Amino acid sequence: MQTKGNVVLHVADVQKHFGGLHALADIDLQVDEGKTHAIIGPNGAGKSTLLNVIIGRLAPSSGAVVFDGTVLTGKKPHEINQLGVARVFQTPEIFADLSVLQNVMTPAFARRDGAFRINMFRSVDNERGIREEAEHTLEDVGLMDRRAVHAGALSRGDKRRLELAMCLIQKPRLLLLDEPTAGMSRHDTNTTIELLKKIKSRGMTKVIIEHDMHVVFSLADKISVLAGGRIIAEGLPDQVRGDPRVQEAYLGGVH
Amino acid sequence: MAGIMSRKDATLFIGFAAVVLLLPILAAPFGAAYPDLLQRFMIFGIFAIGFNILFGLTGYLSFGHAAFFGVGSYAAMWSFKLLSLNAIPAILFAVAIAGVFALVIGYLSLRRSGIYFSILTLAFAQMCYSLAYSVLTPITNGETGLRMIRADPRVLDRLFSEAPAGVPVPSLFGISLSGWNGFYFSALFLLATFFLAMRITNSPFGMMLKGIKSNQNRMNYTGFNTRPYALTAFVISGMLAGLAGSLLVVTDPLAGAERMQWTASGEVVLMTILGGVGTLVGPVIGAWLIKYFENIFSSFNDNVLSSFFGFLPDGAREAAVVVAGKFVGEGWHLSLGLLFVLIVVFLPGGIMEGVRRISSAIRRRGGGRHATARGELSPSAAE
Amino acid sequence: MFEVLFLQFLNGLDKGSAYALIALGLTLVFGTLGVVNFAHGALFMFGAFCAVLFRQLLTLETVTLDPEKLSPWGAPVEIRQPLVQAWFGDVGAVLVNYSVPLSLLLSIPVMLIIGIVMERGIIKHFYKRPHAEQILVTFGLAIVFGEIIKAVFGPNPIPQPMPTELRGAADIGAWLGMQPNVITYPLWRLVYFLFALGVIGSVLAFLQFTTFGMVVRAGMADRETVGALGINIDRRFTIMFGIAAVVAGMAGVMYTPLLPPSYTMGMDFLVISFVVVVVGGMGSLPGAIAAGFLLGILQSFASMHQLKAFFPGIDQVIIYLVAVVVLLVLPRGLMGRRGVMEA
Repeated sequence: MQTKGNVVLHVADVQKHFGGLHALADIDLQVDEGKTHAIIGPNGAGKSTLLNVIIGRLAPSSGAVVFDGTVLTGKKPHEINQLGVARVFQTPEIFADLSVLQNVMTPAFARRDGAFRINMFRSVDNERGIREEAEHTLEDVGLMDRRAVHAGALSRGDKRRLELAMCLIQKPRLLLLDEPTAGMSRHDTNTTIELLKKIKSRGMTKVIIEHDMHVVFSLADKISVLAGGRIIAEGLPDQVRGDPRVQEAYLGGVH
Repeated sequence: MAGIMSRKDATLFIGFAAVVLLLPILAAPFGAAYPDLLQRFMIFGIFAIGFNILFGLTGYLSFGHAAFFGVGSYAAMWSFKLLSLNAIPAILFAVAIAGVFALVIGYLSLRRSGIYFSILTLAFAQMCYSLAYSVLTPITNGETGLRMIRADPRVLDRLFSEAPAGVPVPSLFGISLSGWNGFYFSALFLLATFFLAMRITNSPFGMMLKGIKSNQNRMNYTGFNTRPYALTAFVISGMLAGLAGSLLVVTDPLAGAERMQWTASGEVVLMTILGGVGTLVGPVIGAWLIKYFENIFSSFNDNVLSSFFGFLPDGAREAAVVVAGKFVGEGWHLSLGLLFVLIVVFLPGGIMEGVRRISSAIRRRGGGRHATARGELSPSAAE
Repeated sequence: MFEVLFLQFLNGLDKGSAYALIALGLTLVFGTLGVVNFAHGALFMFGAFCAVLFRQLLTLETVTLDPEKLSPWGAPVEIRQPLVQAWFGDVGAVLVNYSVPLSLLLSIPVMLIIGIVMERGIIKHFYKRPHAEQILVTFGLAIVFGEIIKAVFGPNPIPQPMPTELRGAADIGAWLGMQPNVITYPLWRLVYFLFALGVIGSVLAFLQFTTFGMVVRAGMADRETVGALGINIDRRFTIMFGIAAVVAGMAGVMYTPLLPPSYTMGMDFLVISFVVVVVGGMGSLPGAIAAGFLLGILQSFASMHQLKAFFPGIDQVIIYLVAVVVLLVLPRGLMGRRGVMEA
């Protein structure tokens, strides 16, 4: 394993079982700073469980998740976010009742004001800095012309882009993406890939859970293959592509 | 006002203030221009605005807000009895006590969401109500209700003067608060409450509350600790309910437990829905309409109806009087319930949504070219 | 001491039965239609007023003047003759005597119609709307229903006599081999309890053993899948709403001798029944039934003066206290499922 740069996220010896079922076994995963690390695997391989363990939604049966020297296990979602971890969900989680611009401004407040602050005596209209930043981010993802629309009225692809913008504006150190192109048309998938490539240069570490190979091989610096709750292979995209075990466990099943 | 308020907000506030302060004139054509009723307009306006901060902005439907209203009434009454007839300490005391109650009840209830939250608030309020009637009689005077008597200690007042002759009444530094004085006194509090609600709605804090209503999960993963946000909203709205309760005692110096009953909690829900949940002016309009119709409808009797239907021939007139009689007077709750059902079915956004629909229909006819550029922060124009 | 506790236990059964019956219907409606029905207490009230109406019909009288007798102050004497007795003689008297249980026959079609009209007319439009709006519209309906009853039957409670044969008390202690006359229990309460068990048993059996029930149970578990099977789930759910209304109505009919019906009883019972349902866990039938009896019995225990000496006012707040404790300790009530009604 080549370890240039720092390890930002370390999933250390994580086990997770539900009753008698071993969902995750001996998972040891190191994500390097600034890299895009993809976790792939067939359905039921334990990808979502792993992500939920990383984000603190599920507690591991043993082992720990360490982000930049801090143990994430047992922390609440907002605490994890305040440490610099943002998350994109499989089905976009946005504020459907708010305008697109408000959707993007909200996370900016979380970054600036922390997890709780009664900021009652300033008008949102007067929060110039935050507003400009939000508009900038919206331009990045190509939603600027829709900023006044109710977010609930966006198409699915646009909702995903909005959610991405909501994460990007926080300038997280680690961005977790759970199947960012699930349920998207080929066209939307491609624009999302372009978008993710565009932000790749910003030095943000990303973990992508995905089973669309096209997406994985266009974005990932490193790939871990999960099957039956274990990591069966890990390496650069080309190494993984050529690995017979992977072909057998995963690619073989598809092609 | 530039730093705090946008131009649009300033216009709205000035317009609202003008309507409130001119109400004694504006309400005259409707037969509502007497201080007692208009004071209730102010008080229940405050109650509804406060409730809306919790339900309209944060999305938590409390079915127990009358408890804070009742607690405010009792607290103010005790201040009148023990401290002074001055309304200011009574109001401060009431708001503080209601705030403490809201903090405790809110802290516990907000551990749950959805209908579980509603039932928890209902359970707490019903407990307050039942206890006020039974065990707490020394504090609440049970069914009779708590009122002032001449022999009350009133420590602060006795420092400066002898006990007044006659029945003690609340005042403001010696100025009587009966009649129109009482109305303007309450009106100032309504304006202050409206201002506060406007600040909250347009502030980042208010945006966080709307975020909680819209998607609590996303709020958590966005780095917000939502519990203290919701609790703050709960406490603010409980304190405003306490303020309203104390103002009611200023007008009508009798505090009774029935103000805490769940039907009273239901009433403030009705006001807010009727006017328009989540809007600024809606809850006030809802409160005014309900209090107006309660007052007007319940005073209708068969004679009034008979003269109203005077144009009909004899038999038809009597039939009309009988039928209409079921909807007014004692039966005005029937009209209220029907109106409420119709609103929820056809106009879930309340009267404010109706206004919005009509005005956008008019705008569309008049050519909607210049209608889109403004208000991009808040998608619904009436906020 | 045992006798005292046992007696309180028995005293809690009839109230518990009523709570369980109302909560059962409430849960059926919530579980099948996904609707939070704040008007369910009003259905209980409608049932009670079916009994009132039935009795009023049975006791319609003809008033004639007796030409031969004069009262002491010289006015003619009125002869009141109930029509039923005039037509059926002694059978008519029996009918009047048994008016409450006989009203069940009237209540079934009436409640079925009310339920179906309500579901088709209003409730069905709220399936997809937020729970808060469902609560609000049914809350409005509850007010309207209460006020209609008030407009028709007046604001005062109308006592309903129980059949003379069932007015006594059952010596349950003696039945169980204890001393006679220590534990006696009013017969009608016993009837009510047995009636409630019968209704609950029939509803559960209906759900368990009929095809209709099977589909409904499947629909409660996963509505979309069942809908996808091409089964017309909507019509069945309408009928389910009707059944829930009938159950509530029958519970109301039989409760009238214990509590004179008035227009406020719907709301009074609704608040408690909702606490019951929530304590039991939204959507869980066994939870609703268990919580109904549990709260009824606890309420009865709380009214013991020995307990009241320690906790003044406990009888007033026990239900709410239990609700608060259960909800804070068990987030979804006694038997609720995860994710139901938390949004």
